[in-house]
Amino acid sequence: MPWRLLRYAMNPAHPDGRMFSRPEKLRNRYDVVIIGGGGHGLAAAYYLAREHGIRNVCVLEKGYIGGGNTGRNTTIIRSNYITPEGVRFYDESVRLWQDLSEDFDLNLFYATRGHYTLAHSDSAMRTMRLRAEINKHYGIASEVVDREILRRELPMMDLSGGGHAPVLGALYHAPGAIARHDAVAWGYARGADRRGVEIHQQTEVLGLAVRSGKIHAVQTSRGTIETDSVLCAVAGATPRILAMLGLTSPVCVHPLQAMVSEPVKPWLDPIVVSGSLHVYVSQSARGELVLGASLDPYELHSTRSTLDFAEGLSAHILDLFPFLSQIRIVRQWAGMADMTPDFSPIMGKTPIGGFYLDAGWGTWGFKATPVAGKTMAHTIATGREHPLAAGFSLERFRNFALTGEKGAAAVGH
Amino acid sequence: MKLMDCPIHGKRPISEFLYGGEIRESPDPDTCTDGAWADYVFSRNSVPGIKREWWCHVPSTTWFVAERDTGAGDVLKTYLYGSPAS
Ligand SMILES: Cc1cc2nc3c(=O)[nH]c(=O)nc-3n(C[C@H](O)[C@H](O)[C@H](O)COP(=O)(O)OP(=O)(O)OC[C@H]3O[C@@H](n4cnc5c(N)ncnc54)[C@H](O)[C@@H]3O)c2cc1C
Repeated sequence: MPWRLLRYAMNPAHPDGRMFSRPEKLRNRYDVVIIGGGGHGLAAAYYLAREHGIRNVCVLEKGYIGGGNTGRNTTIIRSNYITPEGVRFYDESVRLWQDLSEDFDLNLFYATRGHYTLAHSDSAMRTMRLRAEINKHYGIASEVVDREILRRELPMMDLSGGGHAPVLGALYHAPGAIARHDAVAWGYARGADRRGVEIHQQTEVLGLAVRSGKIHAVQTSRGTIETDSVLCAVAGATPRILAMLGLTSPVCVHPLQAMVSEPVKPWLDPIVVSGSLHVYVSQSARGELVLGASLDPYELHSTRSTLDFAEGLSAHILDLFPFLSQIRIVRQWAGMADMTPDFSPIMGKTPIGGFYLDAGWGTWGFKATPVAGKTMAHTIATGREHPLAAGFSLERFRNFALTGEKGAAAVGH
Repeated sequence: MKLMDCPIHGKRPISEFLYGGEIRESPDPDTCTDGAWADYVFSRNSVPGIKREWWCHVPSTTWFVAERDTGAGDVLKTYLYGSPAS
C-alpha cells in the first residue's frame, strides 16, 4: 500500500483530475454574478443552473473556495430551532442534506449522530420543553430527556457539571448530524461547474455600480462585469459590500473561534452542547474532538485566535468530561461571524433592484447551505421571495417584526 | 493575555471588560420618523475602521470610551466620556 500511495503522489498525471475548471478570463457580462465562493454562494449557483436553467453565472471569490466560514465551522447540522420560520427552514435543509452525497457523487461523510442540548437550570428546562413542543408540532424528532437517560447514553459525562453546573436534563434531537464541510463547497462547485457556471478564485469585488436604482456592474480586481443580478453571499464581509452601495443592515461582525484535539479512539457518538457552560463537542470521523464555544464578545474583523478562548473552553469541557484532562489540543482557528440581533439570517431582495442578499448567517449557517442556496436561486430566478424564507427579509427590521431565534442559537453552532 | 487600559484602574486583562458597542447619537424618538428610529435601533456600521466605543470595567462598573481599530483589533486610546481627551 505505501508504495502505491507514493507512486500515486509522485505521478504527475493524477487520475482524478481537477474538481472544477479554471476559466482563464472574466467575461464582460453574466446573467447573475455571485459574490463569495463559500457554500452559500456556490449552492445558489448550483441550484440556479440545475433547477432554473440559468447557466451564464459566475462566482467571484477573493481567496479560494470554502476558505471562509464554510471551511471553518464545526459542521453541526440540526433543525431543533424555536421559531416556526426557523424550524420549517432548517428542517427542509436537513432533508436536502440526506441526498446531497448522491447528488454530487461525492462522499460528504454526512453522519447522523443525535444532538443533546444540556439544561442546567429550571428555566433552561422550560426552554427545552417549549422547543420540543414546537419542533414536534412541525414533525421534527425532538424530546426532553432526563438525567437517567443521560446517565445511560453518556456514561462518561459528569452530571454534576464539575460540581457547579449540575445537568438537570437535555433536549434530544435525533437527526442532529455532522458532515465534511470542505467537501460541501467542492461538491457544489463541481456540480455548478459541470452545468456551465464559472468559478473565479482570487477575484475580489471592489465596487458595485447602480443605475436608476438597479444594479448595473461589478468592479473586480480583474476588471468590470456588467450584470442585472448580483447575489451577495460573503458572510463576515457583508457590511463592506453593503457599504459599496450605501446600504446599512443590522449585521455586526464578531469572531467565532473553535479548536480540535488530537485524534482519540471513538468514544463520543452524539453531539453535546451546553448553553450555560458555553461549550459544544463532537467527535469527527478521524477521532478528533471538535470543540466550540460562543462568540468573542466584541466587534473585530480578524481571524486571530486567542489563548483566553482555548483556556476557557478547556476548563468548561473538563467540567463535563474530566477524563479529557490529558488530551492535547492540536489546532485552533476563527471565522468572522455576521451576527444579527435576532439570530436569524437576512435573505432576499434589498432596496437596490437586482441586488440580493444572503447574509446574517452568524454562527449557524453551515447547516442551511443547501436550503439557502435553493431558496436564493428561486428568488433570483423568479423575482419572488421563497415562502420558506419569508421570515428572513431585510424588511423585518423596518417593521419591528423580528424572528427571534436566540433561545435556540445563542451557543455558536 | 490582551490588556486594556481603564482610565481609572490602568491596564487590566481584557476579560474584565464589557463591550458596549459604538457610540451613536440617538434621534429624538418624539420627532423622528419610524424609519429613522428603526435604523437607530437595529442598523450598525460594522465596516472595519477606527471607532469610538463604550466599554465598561466590570469589577468597578467604570464606563469609558475606547478608540479602537476594529480591523486590527488595537485599542488606540481610552478616556472617560466628556474628559478633555475626547
Ligand atoms: C468557528 C465556527 C463554527 C461554526 N459552526 C457552525 C456549525 O457547527 N453549524 C452551522 O450550521 N454553522 C456553523 N458556523 C457558521 C457557518 O460556518 C457559516 O454561517 C456559513 O459557513 C456561511 O457560509 P457562507 O457561504 O455564507 O460564507 P463563507 O463560507 O464565509 O463564504 C464567503 C466567501 O466570500 C468571500 N468574500 C468576501 N469578500 C469578498 C469580496 N469582496 N469579493 C469576493 N469574495 C469575497 C470570502 O473569501 C469567503 O470565501 C460556524 C462558524 C464558525 C466561524
